[in-house]
Amino acid sequence: MVAGFIVAVVFVLPYLIMLLTSLKGRYDTLAVPPTYLPKAWYPQNYITMWTATQTPLLDNMIATLVISVGATMLMFVVCIPAAYYTARFRFPGRGVFMFLVIVTQMLQPTLLATGLFQQFRLLGLNDTWLAMILINAAFNLTFAIWIMHAFFASVPKEVNEAAELDGAGKWGILWWVNLRLVWPGIVTALIYTFVASANEFSASLVILTSATKQPLSVALSAFIGQYDTAWQYLFGVSIVAIVPSVILFVLIEKHLVGGLTAGSIK
Amino acid sequence: MAANRRPWGQFLRAVPWLVPAAILIFGVVLFPAGYLLYNSTRNIGLSGLDVGPAGISNYKALLARPELPSVLLNTFIWVAGVVIVQLLISLWLAQLLNNQFPGRRWVRIAVLIPWAASVVMTTMVFVYGLDPYYGIMNRFLVDVHILSASVGFTQQPVPAFITAIAIGIFISVPFTTYVLLAGLAGVPPEVLEAATVDGAGRARTYFSVIMPCLRGAIVLSTLINVINTFNNLPVLKLITGSLPGYPDDTTTTLMFKILQGEHSIGVASALAAVNFIIVLVVVAIYLVAAKPMRAVES
Repeated sequence: MVAGFIVAVVFVLPYLIMLLTSLKGRYDTLAVPPTYLPKAWYPQNYITMWTATQTPLLDNMIATLVISVGATMLMFVVCIPAAYYTARFRFPGRGVFMFLVIVTQMLQPTLLATGLFQQFRLLGLNDTWLAMILINAAFNLTFAIWIMHAFFASVPKEVNEAAELDGAGKWGILWWVNLRLVWPGIVTALIYTFVASANEFSASLVILTSATKQPLSVALSAFIGQYDTAWQYLFGVSIVAIVPSVILFVLIEKHLVGGLTAGSIK
Repeated sequence: MAANRRPWGQFLRAVPWLVPAAILIFGVVLFPAGYLLYNSTRNIGLSGLDVGPAGISNYKALLARPELPSVLLNTFIWVAGVVIVQLLISLWLAQLLNNQFPGRRWVRIAVLIPWAASVVMTTMVFVYGLDPYYGIMNRFLVDVHILSASVGFTQQPVPAFITAIAIGIFISVPFTTYVLLAGLAGVPPEVLEAATVDGAGRARTYFSVIMPCLRGAIVLSTLINVINTFNNLPVLKLITGSLPGYPDDTTTTLMFKILQGEHSIGVASALAAVNFIIVLVVVAIYLVAAKPMRAVES
């Protein structure tokens, strides 16, 4: 239990420092020597940070949300039919398709950044949110298809056959019968894609060049090493981004591993 | 069964369900991968315009870079250091979290935080906290007498690299721990009981009973961690990016320096192609060792 407590402290401490610094005043954040607690508390940082002149944080937050929500919606539309069909039916080409999905898991936007940059330059999509929506949806597809595939496969055949006898079409069965039974898998895929898209860094770094279009991950990194870093604002916006991510991850804690490990741990 | 009689018809019926996902995989993953390999043989201007064929001159320019040997060595130390140490910590942590104790739920949530949090934001706290002047982590280390005075962790190549490895470990432990916990959940309780009945000690039980059951989880998490660590840009960029020269660069951070700092897209593509081949080797090992296709066939 003591070991457990120490582990918890080690993992929480960096984020506690983040929280305490976000509540410090401007000069307090750069005080030498530093103090553990703020000398004066500045909860108003959480209001003033959105209009701070040093950083277009509101724009960056909007960019993060647009990209993450867009990528999550696209992933949803694309993955549901694929995961459902591969789980329910055997057909020629199924193995090839699933093989492609597995290989995608091992390729990352960081590795392909130069290729992505050149491709979206040709398409005239560099420095657009659409490019990042496509990239995030594509690279999180593996996790989403795997986790949903596992859930669809667990729906008893009899349920589907009963619906067929009642005269429902394939899409009808998917919509009315299966989605009601597999929603935990879908929620897991949605949350995972959303959080992963919000945290994506490398591709956004090369694709999005305007300061106001950049998501938080890229925008915040640009302030590191500058003389005049407004730490209290950078950490304030970090807390605003991290708290919902952690809550969402706690909700899907049980299923997180399943989609990433693709059923090979048994 | 009707399944084997009309394979063509079955394939055609599957198409509308799979095409959107297939388009996304081909268009945004496989095409850029091929395009990157093609670009590595092209002469590309500063703005990204293709000026003509370059043969292998991009690769020659890459090999001629004096920092390349040390960058390859750094890459190896970075990946091996992070992956090995985080695995050892995670093996211990998973064992700890697999036991019942009051407050376990909260400890598991605490361990989840770095996984959910953005790597950039997590790294930023360490950059700030380890600052020699206003860094609170530095002050804490002095207050508990681990250090006699503040240290500029990120201002010299060697301490900065070690700091980056430590952060790399911190952010990968949560994922590995959760994979190992899933593996531990699959250890049959009757086997553990049998080992106790046979009089096996704790160490003996761990290495002869639990470890073999964890093999799959270890192989899989290690391969994914190798890929993730190899591709990790933000930690090294934030911690070591402002150091002059290339003392702490890996092939990934060097690729971004060439791409963004020098705008040599051809050379960056050549280096990306080398990285791509390294990753393909890891993927091949993954397909052979972890056999993910078993799940498809079942």
